[in-house]
Amino acid sequence: MDLQTTTYLVVGASFALYIGIAIWARAGSTSEFYVAGGGVHPVMNGMATAADWMSAASFISMAGLIANMGYGGGLFLMGWTGGYVLLAMLLAPYLRKFGKFTVPQFIGDRFYSKSASTVAVLCLLTASLTYIIGQMTGVGVAFSRFLNVSSDTGIYIGQAIVFLYAVFGGMKGITYTQVAQYIVLICAYIVPAVFISLQLTGNPIPQLGLGSTMSGSDVALLTRLDQVVTELGFGKYTTTTAGSTLNMFVYTMSLMIGTAGLPHVIMRFFTVPKVSDARSSAGWALVFIALLYTTAPAVAAMAKYNLHATVNTAVAKGGDLYAAENSIKADERPDWMKRWEKTGLLKFTDKNGDGRIQYYNDASKNPDAKAKAEAAGWKGSELAVNADIIVLANPEIALLPNWVIALVAAGGLAAALSTAAGLLMAISSAVSHDLIKGVFAPDISEKNELLAGKIAMAVAIVVSGYLGLNPPGFAAGTVALAFGIAASSLFPAIMMGIFSKKMNKEGAIAGMLAGLFITLFYVFAHKGIFFVKGTEFLPMIGGANSFFGITPEAFGAVGACVNFIVAFLVDKVTKEPPEHIQHMVENVRIPRGAKAVDGAH
Amino acid sequence: MTMNDQGKAYWSATLKLLGSILAVWFICSFGAGILFVDALNTIKLGGYPLGFWFAHQGSIYIFIALIFFYAKKMGDIDRKFDVHED
Repeated sequence: MDLQTTTYLVVGASFALYIGIAIWARAGSTSEFYVAGGGVHPVMNGMATAADWMSAASFISMAGLIANMGYGGGLFLMGWTGGYVLLAMLLAPYLRKFGKFTVPQFIGDRFYSKSASTVAVLCLLTASLTYIIGQMTGVGVAFSRFLNVSSDTGIYIGQAIVFLYAVFGGMKGITYTQVAQYIVLICAYIVPAVFISLQLTGNPIPQLGLGSTMSGSDVALLTRLDQVVTELGFGKYTTTTAGSTLNMFVYTMSLMIGTAGLPHVIMRFFTVPKVSDARSSAGWALVFIALLYTTAPAVAAMAKYNLHATVNTAVAKGGDLYAAENSIKADERPDWMKRWEKTGLLKFTDKNGDGRIQYYNDASKNPDAKAKAEAAGWKGSELAVNADIIVLANPEIALLPNWVIALVAAGGLAAALSTAAGLLMAISSAVSHDLIKGVFAPDISEKNELLAGKIAMAVAIVVSGYLGLNPPGFAAGTVALAFGIAASSLFPAIMMGIFSKKMNKEGAIAGMLAGLFITLFYVFAHKGIFFVKGTEFLPMIGGANSFFGITPEAFGAVGACVNFIVAFLVDKVTKEPPEHIQHMVENVRIPRGAKAVDGAH
Repeated sequence: MTMNDQGKAYWSATLKLLGSILAVWFICSFGAGILFVDALNTIKLGGYPLGFWFAHQGSIYIFIALIFFYAKKMGDIDRKFDVHED
């Protein structure tokens, strides 16, 4: 069977499974629609949270970025897992005890103010929409490559599918669908990694393979990779940092506290039966996430090695990387390169006209590499590889069987779609429950509330799909921005709501607005106002990364500091919260007396 | 329920646990993985430089252990101060 037919079959079967589950588990009441009746087991909940969490950014784009960045890519690995420690200890059990099912509801009740809850809705919508734009882009890339359609058509198909099961299923449908999606995506990630680790090191466990020696030699894989890339003028793989140590530090912090502040992740912990389950549920989620996150660095390093080994035979057999006969002949290049050339994401141009492919860093500052390239008559790197194709092309680069390549396609789609669905749930409940029922029309019937939620989802899908056609960057970059927004606005407010009895509504509202505003200001300066191209205002803030060299993706941690400081200053000069709120905070800190979550205020 | 002495003791026990876990969390990720990475890289763990290992592997394993350790210890504290569920 050829590759295209296999892909259609595997992707089609996985979709039939998800849609079947969504129909089977259709939600009846409002509370089932949002929180699956509060009766999901911690392990199941952990798996669903993991699927919700691991998006196109984690699955498709992260390992590619790590391959490019080397050691510095570790900021994604630590940032996107370390947040679960904060979530499990600082937020999840207390929000579960609080017994409401949305973040704005908690903020509105804790800060005894409809304005506070409205501001929280604003923060939530900004973060979630930014996140979904990234997902839609990822959906478009995955669909276009594997169904042979344009990236725009890919986005339209993705919109329709997300709409179908998010709207008809609700949270209960999504929870079970996401368990299925997790299984598909984790198999799709690990199977090729096992094959490749076995090929290169003889060790079937990628996490160990990455630290092993190459098959048939006593040189460690990472040592050999370091040698090859430095000789070709790239930065040393195991030590190249992301910008500066400071930038890496705040970037990691930003992703961590953003993780703990993202509404669609927090919502998950409202769905477990007990407070003690909320604690362990975060642990289970991280176990399932770690399966992918500890495999990713192996995928990254091995794909990078394989890519170099494909175009330069001296990488595997040793010898002079710069010797003419070691660069492969262009017309003998493997089929997978030709396939990806059609997408425009991999390009080959024979700059020195010798009919061979030279792939190296032509902008290198390493004088040794420069001299050697010049002596060999190389006229610039002839291969341009988009980082985003690394994971999808990985099984092809390693010449694995067609069913593995098809499985990776199904996994990429599962990752992008599951996260989009979870985010849409958060948006839907924020609009219908917190905004319409909570503020504008408290008497709305349950049926109309559900309807409003579904309309909100449909609008969000159309808007994000539209912005996804012209995204502010690739999936991982856009998603990191969403984390920064959540980190700077929601996380500090929730945390202060639990850990400070005296924090009042004025402080919380001022803090959220200040954090959100300063972060958006810095981000929009780089990426355009509301991500519309051409509206950047970099000169106004003194050029790119002007704040101590911190990139806009890493700025969320700075925004969060501003949030905390503003909140405490305003809190000091305004009156303290009423007695019953302080009692409520004391009560939230104690597990006993936790009730099942319901929709009532 | 109001915050009596028992409640205060429960909360300070909780904060103490959080503080020590966050210290480990910070040391293994921001410490070993970022601030002291160069020094640790001089030590090898199999084929891994140790600092690189912390950033790409080790901190994730430690995070998982921390959460389950926290869940267990918190359960003990809940029972000790008689505020557990059921």
